[in-house]
Amino acid sequence: MSYVLSGHVRDEIEHWKARFPEGRQRSAVISALHAIQHENHGYVTAEQMNAVAEYLDLPTIQVYEVATFYSMFQTEEVGRHNVAICTNISCMLRGADDIVEHVESKLGITTGESTGDGRIYLKKEEECLAACCGAPMMMVDHKYHENLTTDQVDEILDGLD
Amino acid sequence: MSDDIVNIEVDGEAVEARRGQMLIEVTDAVGAYVPRFCYHDKLSVAANCRMCLVEVEKVPKPMPACATPVGEGMKVFTKSPKAIAAQKATMEFLLINHPLDCPICDQGGECELQDLAIGYGRDVSRYNDGKRVVKDKDIGPLVSTDMTRCIHCTRCVRFGEEITGKPQLGTTDRGENMKIGTYVEQSVDHELSANIIDLCPVGALNNKPYRYSARAWEMAQHATVSPHDCVGSNLYAHVLRGTVKRIVPRANESINESWIADRDRYSYEAIYSGDRLMRPRVKENGAWRDVDWEGALAQAADVLKSADQDKVALIATPAVTVEEGHLLSQIADHLGTANIDHRVGRRDVSDQDNDPMYPSLGCSIAEIEQHDAILVAGSNVRAEAPIIAHRLRKAAVAGAAISFANSSVYEYLFDVANYLSGAGLVELLAGVAVAAADGNSLPDSVTELCDGVTASGAHKDVARSLAEADRAIVLLGNIAGRHASYTAVRALAAAIAELTGASFGGLSEGPNSAGACLAGVLPHRAQGGENRVTAGLDVASMLAQAMDAVVLVNVEPDADIHAATDAVARLAEQAFVVALTPFVSDALLEAADLLLPTGTFAETSGTYVNVEGTWQSFSGVASAVGEARPTWKVLRVLGNLVDAPGFDYVTSVDVRDEFVARLGEISTSNAYEASGRIAKVNGADAPANDIDIPLYSVDALVRRATALQLTDEAQRARAVSDG
Ligand code: SF4
Ligand code: FES
Ligand code: FES
Repeated sequence: MSYVLSGHVRDEIEHWKARFPEGRQRSAVISALHAIQHENHGYVTAEQMNAVAEYLDLPTIQVYEVATFYSMFQTEEVGRHNVAICTNISCMLRGADDIVEHVESKLGITTGESTGDGRIYLKKEEECLAACCGAPMMMVDHKYHENLTTDQVDEILDGLD
Repeated sequence: MSDDIVNIEVDGEAVEARRGQMLIEVTDAVGAYVPRFCYHDKLSVAANCRMCLVEVEKVPKPMPACATPVGEGMKVFTKSPKAIAAQKATMEFLLINHPLDCPICDQGGECELQDLAIGYGRDVSRYNDGKRVVKDKDIGPLVSTDMTRCIHCTRCVRFGEEITGKPQLGTTDRGENMKIGTYVEQSVDHELSANIIDLCPVGALNNKPYRYSARAWEMAQHATVSPHDCVGSNLYAHVLRGTVKRIVPRANESINESWIADRDRYSYEAIYSGDRLMRPRVKENGAWRDVDWEGALAQAADVLKSADQDKVALIATPAVTVEEGHLLSQIADHLGTANIDHRVGRRDVSDQDNDPMYPSLGCSIAEIEQHDAILVAGSNVRAEAPIIAHRLRKAAVAGAAISFANSSVYEYLFDVANYLSGAGLVELLAGVAVAAADGNSLPDSVTELCDGVTASGAHKDVARSLAEADRAIVLLGNIAGRHASYTAVRALAAAIAELTGASFGGLSEGPNSAGACLAGVLPHRAQGGENRVTAGLDVASMLAQAMDAVVLVNVEPDADIHAATDAVARLAEQAFVVALTPFVSDALLEAADLLLPTGTFAETSGTYVNVEGTWQSFSGVASAVGEARPTWKVLRVLGNLVDAPGFDYVTSVDVRDEFVARLGEISTSNAYEASGRIAKVNGADAPANDIDIPLYSVDALVRRATALQLTDEAQRARAVSDG
């Protein structure tokens, strides 16, 4: 069974495709995968990658390469909310490790795992997200949360459906 | 011009180079060796292995020779302490994750990594941490994988992108997790796919059927020529104590470059197939029994001698060598018969008097890519001649307009200008001919064929692209050659070429259609193309009449004969059928009365003339299997036994030399002149079921090569033919 791209995803791909010269549709792969991952609650499957390849008239391997290269794409099933705690230098100096430890024990998983109820995916490792001035920080479903305390983290995580 | 030349210095020597050339091309040309892994002269520059670092004066860091264009006054040092230090440092890094399992690696002894590690590696590793391990992939029956050995040069990836146009291997993940693979398990299948074995500089991609069966240094390397298509790709056979262990390409820029088709590489498996006929056999009262060679040959000679001369038939295939053809046609002459033919695939011989002296491409193989427009008609060219298909792809990538006219649609891995299909070949070509005439008069031969035909937009596009090109050619393929109305097809294609100013040529069947024609393995022409006084019978007519004796020379009647239907049953009805054959099959057991075991291409010497007219001789590379004898020797003895004069050749070279001395001037002209107006084909335009022969069914060898038969391609073809 091949996967059918939704109207929204197709619009999104067309939007990005139009921004690149003709014949450079390969440049729209990243945006296409983002759109699909968003719709698919946080990860992309091989069938979906095939659908992107077919839509953009590319060999499938070229889509697989992109999807596996970038850490913002998940190629295995994960929890629907993506929680990425920055552990790079500024955040580390400001206590990121404690935040990670807190979240891990709160959710009962380690980084790179998802909760059993499929609610939260705790990203394996997150590098500097360019919000050092608000360290320590984490990104939840594309949204930045800065100057974190463990209480705030609890509140944010508990608020996820 | 002088603007394009720059003067540089390589290791103190003044050298001229072309502006923009990469340093490594210049150092290679002057013989200043620079180590490399990722660079390959047939692939784009990736510059990712860094093994080729050299010192360039006034440049602070060592530069990759494969990706550094030359500039005026550049001074390059390939062996300075700085260059060597950089090369050694790269080597050390490359070996960090390499398993160093050379003792159990098939590549050992012929490995670029091993060689360079000896030249540039440290003798003791400074690396004490864990090495990465990469899971092996199953990429099909032809190529084995040991991916932990991979050094990520990406030659195999670029091969898929640039040479075949079907990228299946890629680099997934990144950093330490980066790996070469297909991501989703699939077999890497393209008719040239196994060339990645030779490209891979390490032991990551290897020859699967050959795996662990010999060591590079114990085998002898012998040159030979591919027997599977009209290209005649140059090969090396690697032979261990008389047994062919594997086949690799022998580079020849003007024919196969550095590539060979997968069937050229793996068909050797058939030499050792269980189907080999091990000794002569005779059928008596319906039962087969083994006989000795002497008795078998005497019986064959008796049958031939006592046959009525009009009732002797000699049938070969386009795989007959020049030498075999020469002997065969002399035997026919001596017996007084002209019933001799090699055109087992040709249904329509009505126009044979207008055939060229031998079928030719109309240009050299290398010239294909210099055309701006090409029309390929009646051809599944990727299956018929993979190397020609590759040249067509190169032309397309360089911007040529390649169009096809085929009843069926085949996949091509490049941008096709126009694909005419959905009708019979005659109908498609008539449309293009009308478009090409563009209101002017058509050659008289095709006026009736084009009567009432109107040209569609696509027909016009094709005609225009041929007419407007500086250099254009119309090529007919094997499907055209097997067409029931080949006369009409050829006349139309020739008319299109004439009207558009294109040249005209085609692919021929098997490795030696050209040589067989020259040798007179034809009912209407004697050696050298002379018309025979009385033409003999073509294949279909021979089978349709009652013969006293039929000789089949390496013909599998069930699979090779397309010129006639029910060939096996018709042969079975003949009085006596002698089959010279390497293989025994149910069909041969039914059709023949006497089986004489002959050697395959590997067990015989001979000569093929390819489709561009290049003569290529080869010697036998392997020991004979069972009591098989080279076909030319069997024919020599048979000739002697029927008292043909002059059959005292000692070697196949004597046979060839005699033939060449007798052969007058060879006309390479493809000019086609019809004998008159060709009648409408009325229904004979529908493609026959067996008109398109799949990639791995083309000949007796390929059909018996296990690895090829396991490919997805072969399985797909079987599924289609089974219904
Ligand atoms: S498998 Fe071989 S050819 Fe392919 S990237 Fe690895 S080392 Fe290079
Ligand atoms: S280090 Fe965490 S946002 Fe920059
Ligand atoms: S050969 Fe130059 S970087 Fe690999």
